[in-house]
Amino acid sequence: MMDTRDSIRPVGPVVIDIENITKDYVMGEEIVHALRGVSLRVHRNEYIAIMGPSGSGKSTLMNMVGCLDTPTSGRYGFNGRNVAEMDDDELAAIRNREIGFVFQTFNLLPRANTLRNVELPLIYAGVDPETREERATQTLIDVGLGDRLHHKPNELSGGQRQRVAIARALVNRPSIILADEPTGNLDSKTGEEIMSLFEDLYRRGNTIILVTHEADIARHARRTVRLRDGLIESDDLMTVPELESMALT
Amino acid sequence: MLFSEIVRMALSSLGANKLRAALTMTGITIGVFSIISVMTAIGALQNSIESGISFLGSNIFQFAKYPVNIDAGGETKKKYQNRRNITYRQALRYYELMQGNAQEICLKCFGRDLKGQAVYNGIKTTPSLTVVGTNRSFLTANAYTLSYGRNLNDEDVDLARSVLVIGKMIEKRLFPHESPIGKVIRMSGHTYTVIGVLVEKGTSFGQSQDDICLMPITRFFENYGEANRTVNIATQPFSTELYNRTLDKGISAMRIARGLGANQENDFEIYTNDSLKSAFISVAGVVRIGAFVVSFIALVAAGIGIMNIMLVSVTERTKEIGVRKSIGARSRDILRQFLTEAVFISEAGGVVGIILGVIGGDLLALWLKVDLIFPFGWAFAGLVVCSAIGIGFGLYPAYRAAALDPIEALRYE
Repeated sequence: MMDTRDSIRPVGPVVIDIENITKDYVMGEEIVHALRGVSLRVHRNEYIAIMGPSGSGKSTLMNMVGCLDTPTSGRYGFNGRNVAEMDDDELAAIRNREIGFVFQTFNLLPRANTLRNVELPLIYAGVDPETREERATQTLIDVGLGDRLHHKPNELSGGQRQRVAIARALVNRPSIILADEPTGNLDSKTGEEIMSLFEDLYRRGNTIILVTHEADIARHARRTVRLRDGLIESDDLMTVPELESMALT
Repeated sequence: MLFSEIVRMALSSLGANKLRAALTMTGITIGVFSIISVMTAIGALQNSIESGISFLGSNIFQFAKYPVNIDAGGETKKKYQNRRNITYRQALRYYELMQGNAQEICLKCFGRDLKGQAVYNGIKTTPSLTVVGTNRSFLTANAYTLSYGRNLNDEDVDLARSVLVIGKMIEKRLFPHESPIGKVIRMSGHTYTVIGVLVEKGTSFGQSQDDICLMPITRFFENYGEANRTVNIATQPFSTELYNRTLDKGISAMRIARGLGANQENDFEIYTNDSLKSAFISVAGVVRIGAFVVSFIALVAAGIGIMNIMLVSVTERTKEIGVRKSIGARSRDILRQFLTEAVFISEAGGVVGIILGVIGGDLLALWLKVDLIFPFGWAFAGLVVCSAIGIGFGLYPAYRAAALDPIEALRYE
């Protein structure tokens, strides 16, 4: 049993409420059970790392949480709405307004400048041009790129590109930020900078879900969920002493 | 999503592949150009014909062996070739029968087989003069005017004099510094004395009308033979009111001259300005249909080109589509984006085609010396067709893009 007295129980409202979901794929003649019954509850302003070796169902879970895919069975509540029963347009709307994706390879549009890349979610949300530019600019200033508004992605360093991607994820004020190996393509120093940006975002009240296989990166989160063979192996909250040691660094 | 945003996205992705977009556009441009240029030129011609160009002199009707457009080919062409020629004897018989019933009767025989080349004092004209054996009525019948000197007269015909009335072009070429009247020139193996010069008439349908030389029809037959030649007969009534009555008399006289029985069909053609106009219009119709078919084929080919390039583009941009979907683009947003690109290529090609087509068609009109036009109807139709092509051939690639699974698309490298 976990010692709950020594850890910080999250108390905010539930954002993600996954109950016993499964996901099966048909690969040729075989059925692959990627997820075999996973339950996960995420509260507002949590900072969670999802870890696991490849083939553990980590990516499938991330796609599920990110509303890119729907489960074969089980229930997925997002802010109280059942995602499992949504159609493609409703899923697109959830991705647009409630989820901010940050990818390992940044995935910026190469021909669009920084501002335009960050405006993109607002365009799909139907925000008017003036508000759009204002919000995108402000978000870019928040991630420290106020002086790079009109640069193309290929004129930016890796760390700067990832900051643009994070600004894009933040610009629609989503309920969660879903980062998939966000430091995987960065050197360790830049990686640390990005992680401290996440820490900053977390402290400002954002909910962050980090998918990674690196323990060093996962260490930044307050809660770590480990997957193996499509099942949750462990779900650990950071203990108070750990938190204290973190505050010292 | 705002339409302006979709257009902006389409322009930006087309801008990334300028050459490719331009090449794809070119197909549409060619298709639209071919139809618009033909429609412009024909429209301009028809306009000027309907506003009163005369093929023949005013009120004139004409009998001839061949119809205006014998390009019908095959059996029809044979039918006309097998017709008896209108001989000089028949023509003279008609002339006699119509005496007192018509103002002018012009008998004319064109020496199309002769290489008409005139030589004077070592200077030569081009070997493509129009040589005509005729009488005094040619000028009236074919709307020429005498500049100076004299016209052919009945005596010239009766005596088969070796005299010529020449067109302005011949005068300019052979007699730049002197009067040609009374000078002897050599043409197609015989010598002639120049008696008159015609006023410049310009070109008609791109052909000069000033490289003509007229001689008495009797002299023409004597010098170049009568066999295998057919005579055209133009008749001018005394007045416009008498036109129909004179035409009826003329047809009867012609039937008598040709020796036709009561239940035999006319074995000659009747030209009137109206029949020539309608002949032109029917030729124009055929040319239009031809242009239509060519354009249609070109546009279908161009449409397939658009589809091809859009499919390539969808594959190339799979990752982009995945990213767009992950940040909230709906399938219909992606569909619209790609469809707009296809329509844009098509429309841009169409607009260029229309501009070039109007320029091309009007240049032709300029050369034919008719008024210029802008074919609004065809231009509008062109734009509609281009939109239809863009949508028609862009739909499948756009649908493919929209239907991509976001997870697969994101994973695509």
